[in-house]
Amino acid sequence: MPRLSYRRALTRALADEMTRDESVVVLGEDIRVAAANVTTGLLKKFGPERVRDTPLSEQAFTSFATGAALAGARPVVEFQIPSLLFLVFEQIVNHAHKFPLMTGGQCAVPVTYVVPGSGSRTGWAGQHSDHPYALFAHVGVTTVVPATPADAYGLLVSAIRCDDPVVVFAPAGALDLRADVTDLAPVPLGRGVVRRSGTDVTVVAVGHLVHDALAVAEELAGQASVEVFDPRTVYPFDWDGLVESVSRTGRLVVVDDGNRSCGIAAEIIATVVERVRLAAPPRRVTRPDGAVLPFAPALDRAVQPGRDQLTAAIQLTLKDG
Amino acid sequence: MTGADPLRLYRTVRLIRRFEERAIELVHAGQIVGGIHPYLGQEGIAAGVCAALDREDLVTGTHRGHGHVLAKGADPARMLAELCGRVTGLNRGRGGSMHAADFGVGVLGANAIVGAAGAILTGAVWERRRRGAGIVGATFFGDGAVNEGMLLEAFNLAALWRVPVLFVCENNGYATTMPVDGAVAGTIAGRAAAFGMPATVVDGQDPEAVREVTAAAVARMRAGGGPELVEARTYRFDAHHTFEHQVRLDYRPPEEVAEGRSRDPVDIAGARLDPAARAAVDAAVEAELDAAVEYALAGPHPDPATALDHLYASGLTARTGGG
Ligand SMILES: Cc1ncc(C[n+]2csc(CCOP(=O)(O)OP(=O)(O)O)c2C)c(N)n1
Ligand SMILES: [Mg+2]
Repeated sequence: MPRLSYRRALTRALADEMTRDESVVVLGEDIRVAAANVTTGLLKKFGPERVRDTPLSEQAFTSFATGAALAGARPVVEFQIPSLLFLVFEQIVNHAHKFPLMTGGQCAVPVTYVVPGSGSRTGWAGQHSDHPYALFAHVGVTTVVPATPADAYGLLVSAIRCDDPVVVFAPAGALDLRADVTDLAPVPLGRGVVRRSGTDVTVVAVGHLVHDALAVAEELAGQASVEVFDPRTVYPFDWDGLVESVSRTGRLVVVDDGNRSCGIAAEIIATVVERVRLAAPPRRVTRPDGAVLPFAPALDRAVQPGRDQLTAAIQLTLKDG
Repeated sequence: MTGADPLRLYRTVRLIRRFEERAIELVHAGQIVGGIHPYLGQEGIAAGVCAALDREDLVTGTHRGHGHVLAKGADPARMLAELCGRVTGLNRGRGGSMHAADFGVGVLGANAIVGAAGAILTGAVWERRRRGAGIVGATFFGDGAVNEGMLLEAFNLAALWRVPVLFVCENNGYATTMPVDGAVAGTIAGRAAAFGMPATVVDGQDPEAVREVTAAAVARMRAGGGPELVEARTYRFDAHHTFEHQVRLDYRPPEEVAEGRSRDPVDIAGARLDPAARAAVDAAVEAELDAAVEYALAGPHPDPATALDHLYASGLTARTGGG
């Protein structure tokens, strides 16, 4: 079985969609030499007209992509660092996202924004370590956080084919994963998946934290039967899939690499308790409120959700009810 | 200090050079996590500009920022401790390479977002002057930054409100792998002209030339003149970032690199000293850096329980993230 790395899965998705659809173009900084090792080989295959290195003008090239989309392109925009999403938040939220409604349905804005290496990269400090997927969920821009190489491929393909803007977070904590992948296929947006079945508690884990949740579930196997739910898309969320799981287990713990206040974990808990009577109070493990990742590695780690915290949260939930 | 002082200028250039070489060794040894953007080859710019500034004057730097912080007078030992993530570092191990700051010597910080610092510096200089200080400021940025809207907006504010900021463009020919010619429509100096700002192009490999140009601009600004731009032509001798020491990115022809490296600011400044004086500076710098490395590696690592210290200046306590 072929081993596929997460990065190569993204590369394959780009190449396959560019082959399938002439309207797909890729824009970004240092993408010709593939500094992020995602756009590898694309320049040679598709030429400089469709693989365009941009000047450092993120706000302009993000809206340039919006304009190109209005005129029929399906641009994919690569950002080198997650914090650049703050810089282009205006362009994505106030323009790309709003155009279809504001124009009374005269247009679509099918742009995909890809961030290879979101979240902490250890040692890249305060301005390079954010994980702002909940911001995009809040404003209602389709947002995916693939946890595995197969999903990285499948969700990127679906993002490119989607007629709305989609943000693809490829967590730094997952980028170096490799997996046996038999068939590469699109993964539908808005559909979660149960990664591990269990009966006592549902753990919702986002992105790279899926692997931490699976490891913790294994460790706890003697004490409890833990189900791990990977939403894959954080907006629109697969509420029916999650409610089905929690209805069986009766308990909910969320682990999320976003900030606590108004984070995706908060939304998940709120929606579940609106629909399911839980056996115990739900719990969440997140970054702190207002997190800024400090530089020193031990501090950087301390601010991110950890396996020990997740284990403790699961145990408390089991004890409580 | 604005007069020529070849010995002092050489000392600064040499200090930055050897600091960076030591820092790269520490990256390879795993003591500096996350790597650095080496300033090698560009030392003459930070040294020349800061030699024409006073201690009270303000500067902001870039992701390639060690030289700016050192040239403005920060302690190399505390700077190195910062890169090693120790509590004895300039930022108590919270900032690292890309955020090193020393407000005590007027360094409002390196900044990891390209093009973002110019407006910050403009505001800081404006406020100090409103409070009666006769200071000026210098903000360093690369050739990549001249395509960021934020920086051009800062040009406009500074020029409109006549804030005495020296905008120092370190044109090293590339933004990561993107050559200037592929990224800049018009010219860098032409951007200043659009806002009515004087612009000077200078040989960034000659620290004394940079100092002279800066001193002249600073004199005009202290006499009531508005902001100016200096474009210092330079060459980056090493990688964009030390990750390139592992992953080869092909974008600079070897002949170009050899040619670029042939004009070395350390040699250009050193040639102006007599050999004995130069050797004495080299020995002193080496001794200072030996002590700096020792100090940096002896510093305690921060306690994870303090990870949220300094998050809020108001005293607000953040909820932690645990279950
Ligand atoms: C706004 C922004 N865009 C992109 C990056 C990623 N990045 C860091 S340094 C760099 C190149 C900067 O080039 P230049 O301004 O010429 O400075 P140099 O690295 O050459 O010193 C890029 C693209 C960033 N940090 N901030
Ligand atoms: Mg440059």
